[in-house]
Amino acid sequence: MASVEFTRRTLLRSSAAGAAGLAFGFGGVRRALAGDLTIGIVYVGARDDFGWNQAHAVAMDALKQVAGVKVVEEENVPETDACAKTMESMINLDGAGLILATSFGYYTPFVVDVAKKYPKVEFRHAAPLWNKDKDPKNAGSYFGYLNQAHYIDGVAAGLCTKSNKIGFVAAKPIASVLSNINSVLLGARKTNPNATVQVIFTGDWSLPVREAEAANALVDAGCDVVTCHVDGPKVVIETAEKRGVKTCGHNASQAPLAPKGFITGAEYKWETIYKQYAAELGKGQPLPNMLAGGYEGDMVRNTPFGAGASDEAKKAALAAIEDLKAKKPIYVGPLKDNKTGKIVIDKAYDNLDPYLDQMDYLLEGVIGSIT
Amino acid sequence: MDSGAPAAGEVSGAVLPAAPSERAASDLALRLRAGSEYVAIPALALAIAAFLFSLFLLAIGKSPIDFVDNIWRGGFGSGFSFQNTLQRSAPLILTALAVAIPARIGLIMIGGEGALVLGGFASAAIATPMVGVVAPWLTLIVMASAGVAVGALWIGLAGFLRYARGVNETISSLLLTYIGVAIMNFFVEGSLRDLSNPNKPSTRPIGEAYMVGKIPGTDVHWGFLAGLILAVGLQILMTRTTFGFAARVTGGNMRAALAQGLPVGKLIVACAMIAGACAGLAGFYEVAAIQGRANASLAAGYGFTGILVSFLARHNPLAIVPVAILFGGLVAAGGLIQRRMGLPDATVLVLQGLIFVVLLTSETLYGRFAIFKTAASKDRT
Repeated sequence: MASVEFTRRTLLRSSAAGAAGLAFGFGGVRRALAGDLTIGIVYVGARDDFGWNQAHAVAMDALKQVAGVKVVEEENVPETDACAKTMESMINLDGAGLILATSFGYYTPFVVDVAKKYPKVEFRHAAPLWNKDKDPKNAGSYFGYLNQAHYIDGVAAGLCTKSNKIGFVAAKPIASVLSNINSVLLGARKTNPNATVQVIFTGDWSLPVREAEAANALVDAGCDVVTCHVDGPKVVIETAEKRGVKTCGHNASQAPLAPKGFITGAEYKWETIYKQYAAELGKGQPLPNMLAGGYEGDMVRNTPFGAGASDEAKKAALAAIEDLKAKKPIYVGPLKDNKTGKIVIDKAYDNLDPYLDQMDYLLEGVIGSIT
Repeated sequence: MDSGAPAAGEVSGAVLPAAPSERAASDLALRLRAGSEYVAIPALALAIAAFLFSLFLLAIGKSPIDFVDNIWRGGFGSGFSFQNTLQRSAPLILTALAVAIPARIGLIMIGGEGALVLGGFASAAIATPMVGVVAPWLTLIVMASAGVAVGALWIGLAGFLRYARGVNETISSLLLTYIGVAIMNFFVEGSLRDLSNPNKPSTRPIGEAYMVGKIPGTDVHWGFLAGLILAVGLQILMTRTTFGFAARVTGGNMRAALAQGLPVGKLIVACAMIAGACAGLAGFYEVAAIQGRANASLAAGYGFTGILVSFLARHNPLAIVPVAILFGGLVAAGGLIQRRMGLPDATVLVLQGLIFVVLLTSETLYGRFAIFKTAASKDRT
């Protein structure tokens, strides 16, 4: 056994050396400058989920083209110590120098603990959680403000609905989901003052059966545009398409799922962030600890318009995108919450204002309840 | 690894006394010969599963040798890998024990997941008011007790329903799992929610000082050692005590046990509670050694993988340890297989499924090979 192991290792070591030599030979000066970098990326679900994970995976494809960068990927890693072990395994066995942890629940305690343990490896996590006072300097966060793209969904949907009812299938009543729902409402109200958003919470990130039931219930209630915030929007979009209503997507492009009714969808543009990371590492510069933005930072986008979008809607949406690039605020008070009628947005807030990250209400005009 | 204990249903060991002279001379040889059947047949089954899986790999154009190499490298081949494996096997040992103990009394309890989740939740909930007030060691004892007690009550409830109302324990324990997860979510998203964390509903973190650390010199948490100790202790309980004997008699034939005057109801509830305690303890370690808080990540499926582990170990507490380590290793190496071979995550599930089916099929082979038969067991068959 021992001798077998020894020969296998020796063989691998020599072949690795050979491969490195080859790579250096071909790569030339650029590679030498960049220094070879292995990036490990951890996904919580499947890479082809038509949603959150796919958005990251598509962006990683762009990174793979960068010279000197090798990408190792692992999918379906739960938010338990499995994620810590996966990151350590990428560092110890694959030699990863940058870890991208893409699920919210990876951060505390796993990313923080592993970052402390491996101070020479850089860690970046896809949610605005890094705290410069408490957390290790080799960790950090990156995030896209998807609510801006959902606002554009709302702008287009407001002009595409005839019943003035937009349906929203939501996972959990947490801040980022609530902000997307409220943004759809504000977008729709911009082009259609009578629009309402009816929301159903399914209770968890991936419950395909309940998502289909919720989509059907919304159509039955008279909604003629349906959108969602769940991990994999496939079921919602397909169900709505089957029922003959229009749809707006979420996280990644669902345009192929709804050839008749697709309007547009809110998408992340992770490649802006990932390419920036690769470029900075290539130049030997330190990575920023916090990198977040919306349309103004080219970090979100909308799916190209589908057959469901009217010309009027396209025009309004494109104009609204220009407004967002110019940092025109979405949340302009006074706005009331839909339960108590209390004013929750008292003035105009910048689109990246941290106050909006703490959202725990639905605005007046949204039909539905958090509790 | 002598896993020669009889499966559920068989009351006696393989060494019923034959002629006195034979017993004296070759007691150990007889034990070894009878026991080796329980090693040889699973080994054969593993080999067949490996062969079938190799065909599967060849069919999709991947090399089985690379696969084995990556399993070795990712799960066992280095200090880091093996500790990774041990850490992943820790909850599996405990949840498998939660299936094995009721199985010895003839109950198929599959609700370990619910007991784990509620046990972990109870640990975190009871710790919340104690953090910063009571000393960490005392808090941890209270947390562990709460986790164990709640787990024991949860599966004990399924045992009680079985005995008192005749409710099928497999169905009730499974359904109780969903209720358990829902109870946790209710509190974690409601009254016990940590409001400083708007995006992942959790209880308040217990903090570094209140966590159980790693076993010194390793990267493995104490839950692994707890699993080892419990596996040995429960093996002794089930094979060397009157309680274990009575439980196995009940598992073999409940009516005969009743006729003998055994306290069948108490035995059933006791076995169910031991099972729940094991799973609850696994939940405690998930909170106190890993997560530091209770949230939806507690329901990570350990309870369900534990069912597989227990069946593969033929509900033998000692055999559970190596089987859990094998499963932990497969999962630990699963990542490397994705990364190095470009195979999807489900590949390891295919392998696990094949192992499970082949091993269950191999159950029919026991007692069919003359080579394992002793004079004593020949008399019995």
